Amino acid sequence: MKLTLKYFASLREALGAGGPLEWTPEAEPTAAALRAWLRAQSPAHAQALAPGRAVRVAVDQALADESVKLREGAEVAFFPPVTGG
Amino acid sequence: MAAARVRIQQADFDVGAELAALQAGRTDVGAVASFVGCVRGHTRADDVSAMTLEHYPGMTERAIEAMIVEAEARFGLQGAVVIHRVGRLLPGERIVLVAVTAPHRRAAFQGCEFLMDYLKTHAPFWKKEATPQGERWVDARVADDEALRRWGLASANAGVDADSGEH
Repeated sequence: MKLTLKYFASLREALGAGGPLEWTPEAEPTAAALRAWLRAQSPAHAQALAPGRAVRVAVDQALADESVKLREGAEVAFFPPVTGG
Repeated sequence: MAAARVRIQQADFDVGAELAALQAGRTDVGAVASFVGCVRGHTRADDVSAMTLEHYPGMTERAIEAMIVEAEARFGLQGAVVIHRVGRLLPGERIVLVAVTAPHRRAAFQGCEFLMDYLKTHAPFWKKEATPQGERWVDARVADDEALRRWGLASANAGVDADSGEH
């Protein structure tokens, strides 16, 4: 499936800003499954997206639970907890 | 045309002009409440020489607009404006303005505080501080989640890495 991937803040520094992604999910195409697949892409990904890290997910520009099922063409963003204001 | 009520910008803002604009042309406003957040020059541990703010363009505006809609419904606000700066800011500079109008003070105070609590935990901004020890990303605070929960909303933004990595 085609997705647009985005990283912000410390994740952007570690992995770049993201971009178009072609992903072939092996099971349910959830945000958690995508995060697990991304971890296998490089040691930097494995570290930045490690299971214990505080990583938040937004799907189509709305905060989402990692269990959310992704649809074709979705914009998926991974970032650390927000610190605005 | 009126300016957008959610603005993300590098430039500073004029608090007095924004408050006046909220009230302009109406005689039904009884209360204007505002909050201005500023860059502090030191934290518990370090001096801070600058702060750099990053955001998620598009999502930020959508998220804050949804927060304003929620605040209007809860508190009966008559108007609201949220301006949040991004980029590099120095100690003493303004970061954020939240201002609301309502018929009475309680709704205005509460609407303003609600919007700030919501923004702190759900708007996609990230702060990086420059200190004598180098640059570091600011950690989210559990207290900010607790502040939003007092309004009856779930909040689990802050979270410490479970591995013993950097904190």
